[in-house]
Amino acid sequence: MTHHEAWWITIPKALVVVNVVMVFFALTTWLERKLLGRMQLRFGPNRAGPKGLLVPIADLVKLIRKEAFAPMAAKEPLYILAPVVSMFTALLAFSVLPFGAGWNLWGEHINGAVVNVPISLILIFALGSLGIYGFIVGGWASESKFSTLGSMRTCAQLVSYEVSLALSVLGVVLMGQSLNLQAIVDKQQATLWFFIPQFVGLIVFLLGGVAETSRPPFDLPEADTELVGGYHTEYSGMRWGIFQAAEYINMITLSGLCVTLFFGGYHFPWVHSLDVLGPIWFVLKLFTLVTLFIWLRATQPRLRYDQLMRFGWKVLLPVATVNALVTAFLVVLIK
Amino acid sequence: MSFVVPNTLKGFGVTLKQVFKKPITQQYPEYKRPVYPRYRGRHRLHRHENGLEKCVGCSLCAAACPADCIRVVPAENTAENRVSPGERYARIYEINLSRCIFCGYCELACPFDAITLGNDFEISEHNRDDLIYTKDMLLAPPMKRVPVADRDLYDTPIPYYEDNS
Repeated sequence: MTHHEAWWITIPKALVVVNVVMVFFALTTWLERKLLGRMQLRFGPNRAGPKGLLVPIADLVKLIRKEAFAPMAAKEPLYILAPVVSMFTALLAFSVLPFGAGWNLWGEHINGAVVNVPISLILIFALGSLGIYGFIVGGWASESKFSTLGSMRTCAQLVSYEVSLALSVLGVVLMGQSLNLQAIVDKQQATLWFFIPQFVGLIVFLLGGVAETSRPPFDLPEADTELVGGYHTEYSGMRWGIFQAAEYINMITLSGLCVTLFFGGYHFPWVHSLDVLGPIWFVLKLFTLVTLFIWLRATQPRLRYDQLMRFGWKVLLPVATVNALVTAFLVVLIK
Repeated sequence: MSFVVPNTLKGFGVTLKQVFKKPITQQYPEYKRPVYPRYRGRHRLHRHENGLEKCVGCSLCAAACPADCIRVVPAENTAENRVSPGERYARIYEINLSRCIFCGYCELACPFDAITLGNDFEISEHNRDDLIYTKDMLLAPPMKRVPVADRDLYDTPIPYYEDNS
Protein backbone atom coordinates (compact mmCIF):
# COMPACT_ATOMS: atom_id res chain seq x y z
CA MET A 1 0.00 0.00 0.00
CA THR A 2 2.66 2.46 0.98
CA HIS A 3 4.95 2.30 -1.97
CA HIS A 4 8.30 3.89 -1.88
CA GLU A 5 8.52 7.25 -3.53
CA ALA A 6 11.74 8.91 -4.61
CA TRP A 7 12.55 12.13 -2.75
CA TRP A 8 12.96 14.06 -5.99
CA ILE A 9 9.33 13.33 -6.73
CA THR A 10 8.05 14.15 -3.26
CA ILE A 11 9.59 17.61 -3.02
CA PRO A 12 8.24 19.07 -6.30
CA LYS A 13 4.91 17.42 -5.57
CA ALA A 14 4.79 19.08 -2.17
CA LEU A 15 5.58 22.42 -3.81
CA VAL A 16 2.80 21.95 -6.35
CA VAL A 17 0.28 20.90 -3.71
CA VAL A 18 1.12 23.82 -1.43
CA ASN A 19 0.64 26.26 -4.27
CA VAL A 20 -2.56 24.62 -5.43
CA VAL A 21 -3.90 24.86 -1.89
CA MET A 22 -3.00 28.55 -1.84
CA VAL A 23 -4.89 29.01 -5.10
CA PHE A 24 -7.83 27.16 -3.59
CA PHE A 25 -7.66 29.53 -0.66
CA ALA A 26 -7.83 32.51 -3.00
CA LEU A 27 -10.71 30.92 -4.89
CA THR A 28 -12.52 30.20 -1.63
CA THR A 29 -12.38 33.82 -0.53
CA TRP A 30 -13.75 34.83 -3.91
CA LEU A 31 -16.44 32.16 -3.82
CA GLU A 32 -17.42 33.14 -0.31
CA ARG A 33 -17.88 36.79 -1.19
CA LYS A 34 -19.68 36.00 -4.41
CA LEU A 35 -22.06 33.50 -2.85
CA LEU A 36 -22.68 35.59 0.25
CA GLY A 37 -23.40 38.51 -2.03
CA ARG A 38 -25.85 36.59 -4.15
CA MET A 39 -27.57 35.16 -1.09
CA GLN A 40 -28.07 38.71 0.17
CA LEU A 41 -29.31 39.99 -3.20
CA ARG A 42 -26.01 41.73 -3.89
CA PHE A 43 -23.62 41.13 -6.75
CA GLY A 44 -20.54 40.40 -4.69
CA PRO A 45 -17.19 41.22 -6.27
CA ASN A 46 -17.66 42.07 -9.94
CA ARG A 47 -15.12 44.81 -10.65
CA ALA A 48 -11.61 43.35 -10.46
CA GLY A 49 -11.27 41.06 -13.44
CA PRO A 50 -14.00 38.94 -15.00
CA LYS A 51 -16.68 38.22 -12.39
CA GLY A 52 -14.40 39.76 -9.78
CA LEU A 53 -12.00 36.85 -9.95
CA LEU A 54 -8.98 39.07 -9.36
CA VAL A 55 -10.33 40.24 -6.00
CA PRO A 56 -8.07 37.88 -4.00
CA ILE A 57 -5.05 39.38 -5.74
CA ALA A 58 -6.26 42.88 -5.00
CA ASP A 59 -6.71 41.81 -1.39
CA LEU A 60 -3.20 40.44 -1.27
CA VAL A 61 -1.69 43.61 -2.69
CA LYS A 62 -3.68 45.68 -0.22
CA LEU A 63 -2.62 43.57 2.76
CA ILE A 64 1.03 43.50 1.81
CA ARG A 65 1.17 47.26 1.30
CA LYS A 66 -0.66 47.95 4.55
CA GLU A 67 1.42 49.01 7.52
CA ALA A 68 1.89 46.07 9.89
CA PHE A 69 2.15 47.82 13.22
CA ALA A 70 2.53 46.03 16.54
CA PRO A 71 1.87 47.13 20.11
CA MET A 72 4.94 48.49 21.91
CA ALA A 73 4.63 45.86 24.63
CA ALA A 74 4.15 42.96 22.22
CA LYS A 75 6.56 40.08 22.69
CA GLU A 76 8.11 40.46 19.29
CA PRO A 77 9.46 37.00 18.38
CA LEU A 78 6.31 35.21 19.49
CA TYR A 79 4.10 37.92 18.05
CA ILE A 80 5.63 37.45 14.62
CA LEU A 81 5.90 33.69 14.93
CA ALA A 82 2.25 33.05 15.86
CA PRO A 83 0.68 33.60 12.42
CA VAL A 84 3.50 31.61 10.86
CA VAL A 85 2.78 28.67 13.14
CA SER A 86 -0.91 28.59 12.32
CA MET A 87 -0.22 28.95 8.60
CA PHE A 88 2.45 26.24 8.70
CA THR A 89 0.27 23.71 10.48
CA ALA A 90 -2.68 24.53 8.24
CA LEU A 91 -0.64 23.88 5.11
CA LEU A 92 1.07 20.85 6.59
CA ALA A 93 -2.20 19.16 7.48
CA PHE A 94 -3.17 19.05 3.82
CA SER A 95 -0.10 16.99 2.99
CA VAL A 96 -1.58 13.69 4.16
CA LEU A 97 -4.91 14.03 2.36
CA PRO A 98 -5.04 11.57 -0.54
CA PHE A 99 -6.16 13.24 -3.75
CA GLY A 100 -5.48 10.32 -6.07
CA ALA A 101 -4.94 6.59 -6.07
CA GLY A 102 -1.28 7.00 -6.96
CA TRP A 103 0.26 6.67 -10.36
CA ASN A 104 3.11 4.72 -11.95
CA LEU A 105 4.91 6.94 -14.41
CA TRP A 106 8.28 6.28 -16.06
CA GLY A 107 8.91 3.40 -13.74
CA GLU A 108 8.49 5.56 -10.66
CA HIS A 109 5.65 5.44 -8.20
CA ILE A 110 3.86 8.66 -7.33
CA ASN A 111 1.73 8.63 -4.20
CA GLY A 112 -1.77 10.02 -4.26
CA ALA A 113 -0.92 12.21 -1.30
CA VAL A 114 2.14 14.30 -0.59
CA VAL A 115 3.11 11.80 2.08
CA ASN A 116 1.34 8.57 2.78
CA VAL A 117 1.92 7.88 6.46
CA PRO A 118 0.24 4.93 8.22
CA ILE A 119 -1.45 7.15 10.82
CA SER A 120 -2.40 10.08 8.61
CA LEU A 121 -5.74 10.64 10.37
CA ILE A 122 -4.08 11.07 13.75
CA LEU A 123 -1.46 13.29 12.14
CA ILE A 124 -4.15 15.64 10.84
CA PHE A 125 -5.71 15.94 14.27
CA ALA A 126 -2.31 16.44 15.88
CA LEU A 127 -1.47 19.24 13.47
CA GLY A 128 -4.87 20.78 14.06
CA SER A 129 -4.18 20.87 17.79
CA LEU A 130 -0.77 22.34 17.16
CA GLY A 131 -2.33 25.08 15.05
CA ILE A 132 -4.26 26.26 18.09
CA TYR A 133 -0.93 27.34 19.58
CA GLY A 134 -0.70 29.98 16.88
CA PHE A 135 -3.97 31.50 18.05
CA ILE A 136 -3.22 31.29 21.76
CA VAL A 137 0.34 32.54 21.52
CA GLY A 138 -0.62 35.26 19.06
CA GLY A 139 -3.28 36.62 21.39
CA TRP A 140 -1.06 36.39 24.43
CA ALA A 141 2.02 37.88 22.80
CA SER A 142 0.03 40.90 21.63
CA GLU A 143 0.04 42.05 25.26
CA SER A 144 -3.49 43.36 25.00
CA LYS A 145 -6.42 42.44 27.20
CA PHE A 146 -8.78 42.06 24.27
CA SER A 147 -6.38 39.78 22.46
CA THR A 148 -5.74 37.66 25.53
CA LEU A 149 -9.45 37.30 26.22
CA GLY A 150 -9.99 36.52 22.56
CA SER A 151 -7.36 33.82 22.54
CA MET A 152 -8.85 32.28 25.70
CA ARG A 153 -12.20 32.23 23.95
CA THR A 154 -10.72 30.69 20.84
CA CYS A 155 -8.76 28.13 22.75
CA ALA A 156 -11.74 27.06 24.89
CA GLN A 157 -13.90 26.63 21.81
CA LEU A 158 -11.35 24.77 19.73
CA VAL A 159 -10.36 22.44 22.54
CA SER A 160 -13.98 21.58 23.37
CA TYR A 161 -14.98 20.89 19.82
CA GLU A 162 -11.87 18.91 19.04
CA VAL A 163 -13.13 16.21 21.38
CA SER A 164 -16.39 15.68 19.50
CA LEU A 165 -14.60 16.03 16.18
CA ALA A 166 -12.15 13.28 17.04
CA LEU A 167 -14.91 11.08 18.46
CA SER A 168 -17.07 11.54 15.38
CA VAL A 169 -14.45 10.00 13.10
CA LEU A 170 -14.02 7.04 15.42
CA GLY A 171 -16.92 5.32 13.68
CA VAL A 172 -15.20 5.78 10.35
CA VAL A 173 -11.95 4.40 11.71
CA LEU A 174 -13.79 1.37 13.07
CA MET A 175 -15.49 0.73 9.75
CA GLY A 176 -12.43 1.48 7.66
CA GLN A 177 -10.25 -0.51 10.10
CA SER A 178 -7.33 1.74 9.47
CA LEU A 179 -5.93 5.10 10.46
CA ASN A 180 -4.49 5.54 7.00
CA LEU A 181 -6.64 7.84 4.91
CA GLN A 182 -5.75 6.06 1.67
CA ALA A 183 -6.91 2.77 3.18
CA ILE A 184 -10.13 4.35 4.44
CA VAL A 185 -10.86 5.70 0.97
CA ASP A 186 -10.21 2.33 -0.64
CA LYS A 187 -12.41 0.63 1.91
CA GLN A 188 -15.24 3.02 1.11
CA GLN A 189 -15.01 2.32 -2.59
CA ALA A 190 -14.92 -1.41 -1.90
CA THR A 191 -18.01 -1.30 0.32
CA LEU A 192 -20.07 1.82 0.68
CA TRP A 193 -19.31 5.50 1.08
CA PHE A 194 -19.34 6.05 4.81
CA PHE A 195 -21.76 8.96 4.80
CA ILE A 196 -24.63 6.46 4.63
CA PRO A 197 -23.74 4.19 7.55
CA GLN A 198 -22.01 6.97 9.44
CA PHE A 199 -24.62 9.65 8.85
CA VAL A 200 -24.67 10.69 12.49
CA GLY A 201 -20.89 10.80 12.48
CA LEU A 202 -20.99 13.02 9.39
CA ILE A 203 -23.38 15.49 11.01
CA VAL A 204 -21.27 15.64 14.18
CA PHE A 205 -18.12 15.96 12.10
CA LEU A 206 -19.56 18.83 10.04
CA LEU A 207 -20.85 20.73 13.06
CA GLY A 208 -17.65 20.14 15.00
CA GLY A 209 -15.64 21.07 11.94
CA VAL A 210 -17.48 24.36 11.52
CA ALA A 211 -16.65 25.18 15.13
CA GLU A 212 -13.10 23.89 14.79
CA THR A 213 -12.37 26.13 11.82
CA SER A 214 -14.23 28.96 13.61
CA ARG A 215 -16.61 29.53 10.76
CA PRO A 216 -20.02 31.13 11.28
CA PRO A 217 -22.30 30.33 13.08
CA PHE A 218 -19.54 29.22 15.47
CA ASP A 219 -17.16 32.08 14.71
CA LEU A 220 -16.91 33.26 18.30
CA PRO A 221 -13.09 33.60 18.04
CA GLU A 222 -13.66 36.59 15.75
CA ALA A 223 -17.31 37.54 16.00
CA ASP A 224 -16.65 40.62 13.90
CA THR A 225 -19.95 42.29 14.59
CA GLU A 226 -20.27 42.04 18.35
CA LEU A 227 -16.89 41.38 19.97
CA VAL A 228 -13.53 42.98 19.45
CA GLY A 229 -11.59 41.01 16.84
CA GLY A 230 -10.36 38.28 19.17
CA TYR A 231 -6.87 36.85 19.20
CA HIS A 232 -5.90 38.91 16.14
CA THR A 233 -7.07 42.28 17.48
CA GLU A 234 -3.55 43.68 17.49
CA TYR A 235 -2.58 42.22 14.13
CA SER A 236 -2.74 44.13 10.90
CA GLY A 237 -1.46 43.93 7.39
CA MET A 238 -0.14 40.66 6.07
CA ARG A 239 0.32 39.18 9.57
CA TRP A 240 -3.41 39.37 9.97
CA GLY A 241 -3.73 38.12 6.41
CA ILE A 242 -1.69 35.03 7.28
CA PHE A 243 -4.01 34.28 10.20
CA GLN A 244 -6.97 34.65 7.89
CA ALA A 245 -5.32 32.47 5.26
CA ALA A 246 -4.62 29.81 7.87
CA GLU A 247 -8.26 29.83 8.82
CA TYR A 248 -9.43 29.40 5.25
CA ILE A 249 -6.87 26.69 4.59
CA ASN A 250 -8.05 24.91 7.74
CA MET A 251 -11.52 25.00 6.27
CA ILE A 252 -10.27 23.58 2.99
CA THR A 253 -8.35 20.86 4.80
CA LEU A 254 -11.36 20.02 6.90
CA SER A 255 -13.55 19.80 3.79
CA GLY A 256 -10.91 17.58 2.23
CA LEU A 257 -10.86 15.40 5.33
CA CYS A 258 -14.65 15.17 5.29
CA VAL A 259 -14.58 14.16 1.63
CA THR A 260 -11.91 11.59 2.39
CA LEU A 261 -13.67 10.11 5.41
CA PHE A 262 -17.29 10.18 4.33
CA PHE A 263 -17.62 10.78 0.59
CA GLY A 264 -15.19 8.33 -0.95
CA GLY A 265 -12.28 10.74 -1.38
CA TYR A 266 -11.00 10.85 -4.91
CA HIS A 267 -13.32 8.12 -6.17
CA PHE A 268 -16.19 8.52 -8.57
CA PRO A 269 -19.32 6.66 -7.43
CA TRP A 270 -19.59 3.13 -8.88
CA VAL A 271 -17.50 3.76 -11.99
CA HIS A 272 -14.00 2.56 -11.14
CA SER A 273 -12.55 3.40 -14.54
CA LEU A 274 -13.00 7.10 -13.85
CA ASP A 275 -10.68 6.94 -10.86
CA VAL A 276 -7.81 8.10 -13.06
CA LEU A 277 -9.30 11.57 -12.76
CA GLY A 278 -9.10 11.27 -8.98
CA PRO A 279 -7.87 14.80 -8.20
CA ILE A 280 -10.74 16.29 -10.19
CA TRP A 281 -13.39 14.41 -8.23
CA PHE A 282 -11.58 15.26 -5.02
CA VAL A 283 -11.53 18.97 -5.81
CA LEU A 284 -15.15 18.95 -6.96
CA LYS A 285 -16.31 17.28 -3.76
CA LEU A 286 -14.11 19.56 -1.70
CA PHE A 287 -15.58 22.70 -3.21
CA THR A 288 -19.10 21.36 -2.79
CA LEU A 289 -18.39 21.14 0.93
CA VAL A 290 -16.80 24.58 0.96
CA THR A 291 -19.98 25.89 -0.66
CA LEU A 292 -21.95 24.22 2.10
CA PHE A 293 -19.83 26.03 4.68
CA ILE A 294 -20.49 29.34 2.97
CA TRP A 295 -24.18 28.56 2.65
CA LEU A 296 -24.26 27.86 6.38
CA ARG A 297 -22.59 31.20 7.03
CA ALA A 298 -25.19 33.02 4.97
CA THR A 299 -28.06 31.27 6.73
CA GLN A 300 -27.43 30.85 10.42
CA PRO A 301 -26.94 33.59 13.01
CA ARG A 302 -24.01 33.39 15.40
CA LEU A 303 -24.45 31.46 18.66
CA ARG A 304 -24.02 33.01 22.07
CA TYR A 305 -20.94 31.76 23.87
CA ASP A 306 -22.78 29.72 26.53
CA GLN A 307 -24.96 28.21 23.80
CA LEU A 308 -21.82 27.25 21.93
CA MET A 309 -20.30 25.52 24.95
CA ARG A 310 -23.58 23.85 25.89
CA PHE A 311 -24.03 22.57 22.35
CA GLY A 312 -20.48 21.27 22.19
CA TRP A 313 -20.42 19.43 25.51
CA LYS A 314 -24.04 18.46 26.05
CA VAL A 315 -25.22 17.65 22.52
CA LEU A 316 -22.33 16.96 20.20
CA LEU A 317 -20.12 15.01 22.60
CA PRO A 318 -22.79 12.53 23.82
CA VAL A 319 -24.04 12.00 20.27
CA ALA A 320 -20.52 11.35 19.01
CA THR A 321 -19.80 8.97 21.89
CA VAL A 322 -23.00 6.99 21.39
CA ASN A 323 -22.34 6.87 17.66
CA ALA A 324 -18.85 5.49 18.21
CA LEU A 325 -20.10 2.90 20.70
CA VAL A 326 -22.98 1.75 18.47
CA THR A 327 -20.63 1.53 15.50
CA ALA A 328 -18.19 -0.54 17.51
CA PHE A 329 -20.97 -2.94 18.55
CA LEU A 330 -22.28 -3.28 15.01
CA VAL A 331 -18.82 -3.81 13.52
CA VAL A 332 -18.18 -6.62 16.00
CA LEU A 333 -21.65 -8.08 15.44
CA ILE A 334 -21.41 -8.14 11.66
CA LYS A 335 -18.02 -9.78 11.85
CA MET B 1 -36.84 21.33 20.32
CA SER B 2 -38.53 19.12 17.75
CA PHE B 3 -38.96 22.11 15.43
CA VAL B 4 -35.29 22.97 15.37
CA VAL B 5 -34.23 20.76 12.50
CA PRO B 6 -37.03 21.45 10.00
CA ASN B 7 -36.91 25.16 10.76
CA THR B 8 -33.16 25.23 10.25
CA LEU B 9 -33.52 23.50 6.92
CA LYS B 10 -36.21 25.99 5.96
CA GLY B 11 -33.70 28.77 6.59
CA PHE B 12 -31.30 27.15 4.16
CA GLY B 13 -34.06 27.15 1.56
CA VAL B 14 -34.62 30.87 2.06
CA THR B 15 -30.98 31.76 1.47
CA LEU B 16 -30.71 29.44 -1.50
CA LYS B 17 -33.74 31.03 -3.12
CA GLN B 18 -32.03 34.42 -3.16
CA VAL B 19 -29.21 33.11 -5.36
CA PHE B 20 -31.58 32.77 -8.29
CA LYS B 21 -33.06 36.23 -7.91
CA LYS B 22 -31.66 39.28 -9.59
CA PRO B 23 -29.49 41.32 -7.23
CA ILE B 24 -31.03 44.65 -6.35
CA THR B 25 -27.72 46.51 -6.20
CA GLN B 26 -27.52 49.57 -8.43
CA GLN B 27 -24.22 49.49 -10.29
CA TYR B 28 -23.20 53.05 -9.57
CA PRO B 29 -20.79 54.40 -12.16
CA GLU B 30 -22.74 52.72 -14.96
CA TYR B 31 -26.15 53.51 -13.57
CA LYS B 32 -26.71 56.78 -11.79
CA ARG B 33 -29.87 56.99 -9.83
CA PRO B 34 -31.62 60.25 -10.66
CA VAL B 35 -31.31 62.72 -7.84
CA TYR B 36 -34.28 64.39 -6.24
CA PRO B 37 -35.15 67.59 -8.11
CA ARG B 38 -34.32 69.78 -5.12
CA TYR B 39 -31.14 67.87 -4.29
CA ARG B 40 -28.49 70.21 -2.91
CA GLY B 41 -25.25 69.54 -4.72
CA ARG B 42 -22.38 71.69 -5.90
CA HIS B 43 -23.04 75.44 -6.12
CA ARG B 44 -23.49 77.42 -9.29
CA LEU B 45 -23.20 81.12 -9.92
CA HIS B 46 -25.60 82.55 -12.46
CA ARG B 47 -25.53 85.26 -15.09
CA HIS B 48 -28.21 87.56 -16.43
CA GLU B 49 -29.40 86.98 -19.97
CA ASN B 50 -27.22 89.84 -21.18
CA GLY B 51 -24.13 88.08 -19.83
CA LEU B 52 -23.62 90.18 -16.70
CA GLU B 53 -23.05 88.31 -13.47
CA LYS B 54 -25.91 88.31 -10.99
CA CYS B 55 -23.55 88.44 -8.03
CA VAL B 56 -22.95 91.96 -6.71
CA GLY B 57 -20.34 91.00 -4.13
CA CYS B 58 -22.46 91.81 -1.09
CA SER B 59 -21.00 88.90 0.96
CA LEU B 60 -24.37 88.04 2.46
CA CYS B 61 -23.81 84.42 1.47
CA ALA B 62 -20.49 84.42 3.30
CA ALA B 63 -22.20 85.88 6.34
CA ALA B 64 -24.95 83.29 6.25
CA CYS B 65 -22.60 80.37 5.78
CA PRO B 66 -22.45 78.26 8.96
CA ALA B 67 -19.33 76.44 7.80
CA ASP B 68 -17.59 79.68 6.85
CA CYS B 69 -16.51 78.29 3.51
CA ILE B 70 -17.33 81.21 1.19
CA ARG B 71 -14.86 84.00 0.52
CA VAL B 72 -15.98 87.07 -1.40
CA VAL B 73 -13.71 89.98 -2.30
CA PRO B 74 -15.74 92.70 -4.02
CA ALA B 75 -14.51 95.37 -6.42
CA GLU B 76 -16.17 98.45 -7.97
CA ASN B 77 -17.74 98.19 -11.39
CA THR B 78 -16.42 100.80 -13.81
CA ALA B 79 -17.74 101.93 -17.14
CA GLU B 80 -14.90 100.15 -18.97
CA ASN B 81 -15.16 97.00 -16.91
CA ARG B 82 -18.76 96.26 -16.08
CA VAL B 83 -19.17 92.76 -14.65
CA SER B 84 -22.43 92.98 -12.76
CA PRO B 85 -25.44 95.28 -12.96
CA GLY B 86 -24.91 96.70 -9.47
CA GLU B 87 -22.26 99.05 -8.09
CA ARG B 88 -19.88 96.31 -7.21
CA TYR B 89 -19.07 92.80 -8.36
CA ALA B 90 -17.26 89.81 -6.84
CA ARG B 91 -13.62 90.07 -7.86
CA ILE B 92 -12.90 86.85 -6.00
CA TYR B 93 -15.59 84.36 -5.23
CA GLU B 94 -14.35 81.11 -3.71
CA ILE B 95 -16.18 78.23 -2.09
CA ASN B 96 -14.21 75.69 -0.14
CA LEU B 97 -16.23 72.57 -0.87
CA SER B 98 -14.23 70.51 1.60
CA ARG B 99 -15.86 72.57 4.34
CA CYS B 100 -19.26 73.17 2.77
CA ILE B 101 -22.10 71.28 4.43
CA PHE B 102 -24.55 71.87 1.56
CA CYS B 103 -27.15 73.47 3.78
CA GLY B 104 -28.28 75.94 1.13
CA TYR B 105 -28.24 78.99 3.42
CA CYS B 106 -26.15 80.91 0.90
CA GLU B 107 -28.89 80.34 -1.60
CA LEU B 108 -31.46 81.72 0.83
CA ALA B 109 -29.34 84.69 1.81
CA CYS B 110 -28.61 85.84 -1.72
CA PRO B 111 -30.78 88.86 -2.61
CA PHE B 112 -30.22 88.41 -6.35
CA ASP B 113 -30.46 84.62 -6.66
CA ALA B 114 -26.92 84.69 -7.96
CA ILE B 115 -25.90 81.50 -6.19
CA THR B 116 -27.88 78.29 -6.18
CA LEU B 117 -27.10 74.75 -5.27
CA GLY B 118 -27.03 72.51 -8.32
CA ASN B 119 -27.36 68.75 -8.63
CA ASP B 120 -23.70 67.84 -9.06
CA PHE B 121 -22.58 65.38 -6.41
CA GLU B 122 -19.50 63.80 -7.98
CA ILE B 123 -17.09 66.35 -6.61
CA SER B 124 -14.41 64.24 -4.94
CA GLU B 125 -10.82 65.09 -5.73
CA HIS B 126 -7.40 63.66 -4.95
CA ASN B 127 -6.19 66.97 -3.58
CA ARG B 128 -7.85 69.21 -1.02
CA ASP B 129 -6.77 72.33 -2.89
CA ASP B 130 -8.77 71.16 -5.87
CA LEU B 131 -11.89 71.40 -3.75
CA ILE B 132 -11.65 75.19 -3.57
CA TYR B 133 -13.93 76.28 -6.39
CA THR B 134 -13.19 79.66 -7.89
CA LYS B 135 -15.62 81.98 -9.59
CA ASP B 136 -14.82 80.72 -13.09
CA MET B 137 -15.57 77.14 -12.06
CA LEU B 138 -18.80 78.14 -10.36
CA LEU B 139 -19.94 80.24 -13.31
CA ALA B 140 -19.28 77.51 -15.85
CA PRO B 141 -22.26 75.39 -16.83
CA PRO B 142 -22.32 72.13 -14.88
CA MET B 143 -21.04 68.99 -16.45
CA LYS B 144 -24.13 67.25 -17.72
CA ARG B 145 -23.69 64.01 -15.89
CA VAL B 146 -26.21 64.06 -13.07
CA PRO B 147 -29.58 62.66 -14.02
CA VAL B 148 -32.39 64.43 -12.24
CA ALA B 149 -35.67 62.77 -11.51
CA ASP B 150 -38.75 64.04 -13.27
CA ARG B 151 -40.18 66.95 -11.33
CA ASP B 152 -43.71 65.79 -12.00
CA LEU B 153 -43.07 62.72 -9.90
CA TYR B 154 -42.75 64.94 -6.84
CA ASP B 155 -44.91 67.64 -5.36
CA THR B 156 -42.15 70.13 -5.90
CA PRO B 157 -42.85 73.56 -7.34
CA ILE B 158 -40.25 74.94 -9.70
CA PRO B 159 -38.35 77.65 -7.78
CA TYR B 160 -39.10 81.05 -9.29
CA TYR B 161 -35.45 81.76 -9.96
CA GLU B 162 -35.17 78.69 -12.13
CA ASP B 163 -38.48 79.47 -13.76
CA ASN B 164 -37.53 82.94 -15.03
CA SER B 165 -33.80 83.16 -15.48
